[in-house]
Amino acid sequence: MAFRTGISRRMMIRSGFGLRSMSSWWGSVEPAAKDPILGVTEAFLADPSPDKVNVGVGAYRDDNGKPVVLECVREAERRIAGRLNMEYLPMGGSVNMVEETLKLAYGENSEFIKDKRIAAVQALSGTGACRLFADFQKRFRPDSQIYIPVPTWANHHNIWRDAQVPQRTFHYYHPETKGLDFASLMDDVKNAPNGSFFLLHACAHNPTGVDPSEEQWKEISYQFKVKGHFAFFDMAYQGFASGDPERDAKSIKIFLEDGHLIGIAQSYAKNMGLYGQRVGCLSLLCEDEKQAVAVKSQLQQIARPMYSNPPVHGALIVSTILGDPELKKLWLKEVKVMADRIIGMRTALRENLEKLGSPLSWEHITNQIGMFCYSGLTPEQVDRMTNEFHIYMTRNGRISMAGITTGNVTYLANAIHEVTKSA
Amino acid sequence: MAIAVNTSRFEGVTMAPPDPILGVSEAFRADNSLMKLNLGVGAYRTEELQPYVLNVVKKAENLMLERGENKEYLPIEGLAAFNKVTAELLFGAGNPVIEQQRLATVQGLSGTGSLRLAAALIERYFPGAKVLISSPTWGNHKNIFNDARVPWSEYRYYDPKTVGLDFDGMISDIKAAPEGSFVLLHGCAHNPTGIDPTPEQWEKIADVIQEKNHIPFFDVAYQGFASGSLDADASSVRLFAARGMELLVAQSYSKNLGLYAERIGAINVVCSSADAAARVKSQLKRIARPMYSNPPIHGARIVANVVGDPALFNEWKEEMELMAGRIKNVRQKLFDSLSAKDKCGKDWSFILKQIGMFSFTGLSKVQSENMTNKWHVYMTKDGRISLAGLSLAKCEYLADAIIDSFHCVS
Repeated sequence: MAFRTGISRRMMIRSGFGLRSMSSWWGSVEPAAKDPILGVTEAFLADPSPDKVNVGVGAYRDDNGKPVVLECVREAERRIAGRLNMEYLPMGGSVNMVEETLKLAYGENSEFIKDKRIAAVQALSGTGACRLFADFQKRFRPDSQIYIPVPTWANHHNIWRDAQVPQRTFHYYHPETKGLDFASLMDDVKNAPNGSFFLLHACAHNPTGVDPSEEQWKEISYQFKVKGHFAFFDMAYQGFASGDPERDAKSIKIFLEDGHLIGIAQSYAKNMGLYGQRVGCLSLLCEDEKQAVAVKSQLQQIARPMYSNPPVHGALIVSTILGDPELKKLWLKEVKVMADRIIGMRTALRENLEKLGSPLSWEHITNQIGMFCYSGLTPEQVDRMTNEFHIYMTRNGRISMAGITTGNVTYLANAIHEVTKSA
Repeated sequence: MAIAVNTSRFEGVTMAPPDPILGVSEAFRADNSLMKLNLGVGAYRTEELQPYVLNVVKKAENLMLERGENKEYLPIEGLAAFNKVTAELLFGAGNPVIEQQRLATVQGLSGTGSLRLAAALIERYFPGAKVLISSPTWGNHKNIFNDARVPWSEYRYYDPKTVGLDFDGMISDIKAAPEGSFVLLHGCAHNPTGIDPTPEQWEKIADVIQEKNHIPFFDVAYQGFASGSLDADASSVRLFAARGMELLVAQSYSKNLGLYAERIGAINVVCSSADAAARVKSQLKRIARPMYSNPPIHGARIVANVVGDPALFNEWKEEMELMAGRIKNVRQKLFDSLSAKDKCGKDWSFILKQIGMFSFTGLSKVQSENMTNKWHVYMTKDGRISLAGLSLAKCEYLADAIIDSFHCVS
């Protein structure tokens, strides 16, 4: 009797009747849209054209268009190889790495570090640091919102959305001047309710490359004081903007001098070329050591159910380099080489366009700073760049300068000129 | 007007409690006693109680160093070579779910990260659906589902009277749950109890899950560590897949390849069609992107190199057997010591019946505290000891501690 029941149940499964085993649980799952940034590289890789150029994702390339592993990183890896264990890091990550990282952001001799007022944890690069902060903000300031500049790195919106923190925007980029819309920015700062949370790019704004001047930062800081706003800095390009890490952290220095208790997300993806290693740091400056300890413990509570503890390999590379004066010197030299090459490409691109007799102004290319240039190309023009010239970039007109070489800058300038000359 | 910027926004942030598992190691480190023993976290130790980096891992890392590969971003779903070998390791190369492309595999941050991706997927596409977790289970499971806002409830699992599986209770509770619940199962070497269902019991568990239209959700953190055989330890997962069921499986290489701090694992979703698998994979990516953008590369490369190279893979299997073998020896020695020393005739055979890195001793919270305070034996308060942290040399000492805590503390 039981035997027959068994057989008929199996027959039911096969025919799809009765039991639902053969129909999928995932019927309502729609295909997700491709990530606008990482999707560009996927499309580029799939293109067979020999002329193709990838100025999409912000990953540094040398003048041959090849990815670069820094010498200081290779040396650090040689030293790390064959080490004794791969034990779990503490939830807050590598203490050495975090200490060195804080010095970069807060200053080599920062009193805040000495006074142990900074709650800091190793994070999964810049993304992970922002996400930890967003979750922390949601948990401890559930009524708050985040003010995000327009435009910003696309993933910022995803991060605060998935953390369930409501978003508002503030003016930033001025399309007419292809520069900073400082007046509207200050209006938005003044009009936001007191004590609002703002996301700021410390240097080399992504995607525009447009940074406030030192004077403008001072005014922003002052107004933040008046309004009691909270400043959260995303610093993904320290060293990459000017070639000098200290100079690139100037905005943070200004805020610290003005007495703000800030938060910072730092990343080694670009400035140490550790992209795939996912190394970064989240820090929050607190009133005192006791508070810093409490805040750190809560950040760890958020990390534990997300990934338990962060990956060790990249952290070891960072602490090996920054902990050795010779290696650190080498790193600073290599960062400057990268930044200088990009500055050189900015000049070359602009000169090429001007030589072609473009009717438009291209001075924003050299005014802007860092890895990206907001070209001003419209989505339709970008599509033409891709379809006609096999040049891959994001549809907001952002060009990754790191993808430009002496070998392709002329081709790129030609293409831009073609799609814009009748604009 | 000067606003006091020195008042922190985070005034009200209180100190979080120490993590019950990872906090044990911290406490152990702070203890100065020469007799101290760390049986807290599930990290494998040699007989000399040293951490162990597998030979195959060292070889793989040297290969990687020689090749001088770049450090570019992985795609959001992780290293393709890794995703391929991890699926084959779990389901067996040539398994229909792989051949028919019905499997969505995404590299995750070890077991924790992979579970979290799955939890977020459940929250997004099965709002209100519950996850059933065993009582007890790994402490971090609850945190993961809480932070992902997925409701959960417990099914009976551990029977303190038999120090074994409460099978009837388990079946009963799975049956009683609302149709379409997710049932979190430990593929092998249950954490913290070390008690696994028998093959016959797995069949019955699969029956009741199919009957109730539940979705099986496996946590496989110890493949290879339970029996010493990678294939044997995957048999529960393969049993379910062979029935044509859709299921979720989180994997970790922390223990079986000793890659703890590299954070390497994967979430696998077996779907009934290739189309569904492609869609599910795309949505897993959408969850990962605002969490960490793309996963870390180093551990993925190590796994791909070891599992993808026949010589290294065979060598790994041997090292796996050695590690699992050491634990089996330690179990035997502990059992022998306890049986010899215990004058009260308690049945300690559960130590031999349990499997994997952990043993659920049955010690209460107070008794566990005695283990730490009096004997400097560090363990979690639920009575779990990690045999991976025990040497043959320390078995007698541990036996003394356990007997004392059992019989003299209540």
